Amino acid sequence: MSPLDLLLEPLQYDFMVRALTTTVIAAVVCALLSCWLVLVGWSLMGDAVSHAVLPGVVIAYVLGAPFALGALVFGFLAVALIGAIRGTSRVKEDAAIGIVFTTLFALGLVLISVTPSQTDLNHIIFGNILGVSTADLVQIAVLATIAFAVLVLKRRDLTLYAFDPMHAHAIGLSPRFLGALLLGLLALTAVVALQVVGVILVVAMLIIPGATAYLLTDRFGHMLVIAPVMSAVCSVVGIYLSYWLDAASGGLVVVVQGAAFSLVYVFAPRHGLLGKHLTARRRTVTA
Amino acid sequence: MTTAIQTAAIQMEDVVVRYGEVLALDGVSLSVQPGRVTGLIGMNGSGKSTLFKTIMGMVRPDRGRVLIDGADPAVARRQGLVGYVPQSEDVDWAFPVSVRDVVMMGRYGRQGPTRRAHPADHAAVAEALDRVELTAYADRQIGQLSGGQRKRAFVARGIAQDARVLLLDEPFAGVDKRSEATIVRLLKELAADGRTILVSTHDLHALPRLADEAVLLLHRILFHGGVSEALRPENLARAFGLDGVDVLDHGDSA
Repeated sequence: MSPLDLLLEPLQYDFMVRALTTTVIAAVVCALLSCWLVLVGWSLMGDAVSHAVLPGVVIAYVLGAPFALGALVFGFLAVALIGAIRGTSRVKEDAAIGIVFTTLFALGLVLISVTPSQTDLNHIIFGNILGVSTADLVQIAVLATIAFAVLVLKRRDLTLYAFDPMHAHAIGLSPRFLGALLLGLLALTAVVALQVVGVILVVAMLIIPGATAYLLTDRFGHMLVIAPVMSAVCSVVGIYLSYWLDAASGGLVVVVQGAAFSLVYVFAPRHGLLGKHLTARRRTVTA
Repeated sequence: MTTAIQTAAIQMEDVVVRYGEVLALDGVSLSVQPGRVTGLIGMNGSGKSTLFKTIMGMVRPDRGRVLIDGADPAVARRQGLVGYVPQSEDVDWAFPVSVRDVVMMGRYGRQGPTRRAHPADHAAVAEALDRVELTAYADRQIGQLSGGQRKRAFVARGIAQDARVLLLDEPFAGVDKRSEATIVRLLKELAADGRTILVSTHDLHALPRLADEAVLLLHRILFHGGVSEALRPENLARAFGLDGVDVLDHGDSA
């Protein structure tokens, strides 16, 4: 089989085309958002919100409401609960996050088990990328477009919020609103990515691309390009690998992203392990 | 009722701020005039940061009120009247923004919802960078500047913003003597433009060269007047406790 055949063969199947499209869409939006999450220091919060939206998604399913609505409600609920526990007891933030997201996630599991539906628990937890229907694809595309547009249009405000919320306040912007906006986008994006890699691996797509891009550049504008491109490429590679190896697609998408991060971690020109070592040596030589 | 008295740039009337049980500000009344550099002196935990946050409206007073240029702080913020130079330890110096990006953030309040920069914004940023002598460093990542240059970059942000009131939180921490002199000169020039410069510090050495007047704070205003009088041992002893005199003698107050 020629290399071209290897690439084209999976595309004969509609489910593979849908899988690739969905994954790339989710990868791009998650990667964009991840640039802010890693800089604000919200990685754990991304983990928490992506798990905590589960009961919201199930309830929305039962009521026939949009998944995104349920996810938003529970995303904000989770953050409010975390804040309340931290603010009104001696429990520290990391413990508060752990308590809230696991409890809400567990509530989601219980709700799934008593809900008569075709939704397979495994699909929610590990993703069901190969079983994405056209209707799912449309929903994901709509949500992703909204998140993408808001992120791109408000990118400068969000960056200011991440860098210096005091200054944002001083010039009459509302850091509280910008924080809530970022949070809402996080909940929205979690729903998008849920179907691709599942609840457990969503957090990988929300952290790895931003962290990787952060090691490659000192320009936030460049991060916003590098992260989505890198994430999209890794996702496509992951999906192809899963086809050829007949292995878990969600898992492979994340493994490939992790591998890319490892390469960058070692070889990045300035902020990589080798790069830092070389700069340090050059300094000692000139000194 | 109209008065002939010039409107104070910052007016605080009987401001009380409590954090739970802790009384951070206990009836602070303060009137800061424009066109002057005022030093806000007090030890750590004396309420300096709370005072700044109250002026910026980040903390709402439990009692009393604050006026900026005679207006409500929220109005002053929307008009971009208040500029802020943060303490070094409050800034993430590894953040991937350039010096120019930081200065451009001063313009956001005057731009549309997506903060797209117009020629006037670019011109204001270039002028501000020139004023603080950082034009050559404009495209560096912010953390690649020296301590003094970093401060000047944030002052440039306030200039680009055209802030009338500039608040600086411990601007001399981690800054060498030469950069300190540059910053002092810059702040005096900005005051001469008619701006109000309020500098919080516990480093008393720069004070005589920097400030036109000094405020001693220990939850309340202990003293407000000339710098040399503020630095008298009996006044410092009240602000810093009995060690106040040592602060001036040995210098390493950081």
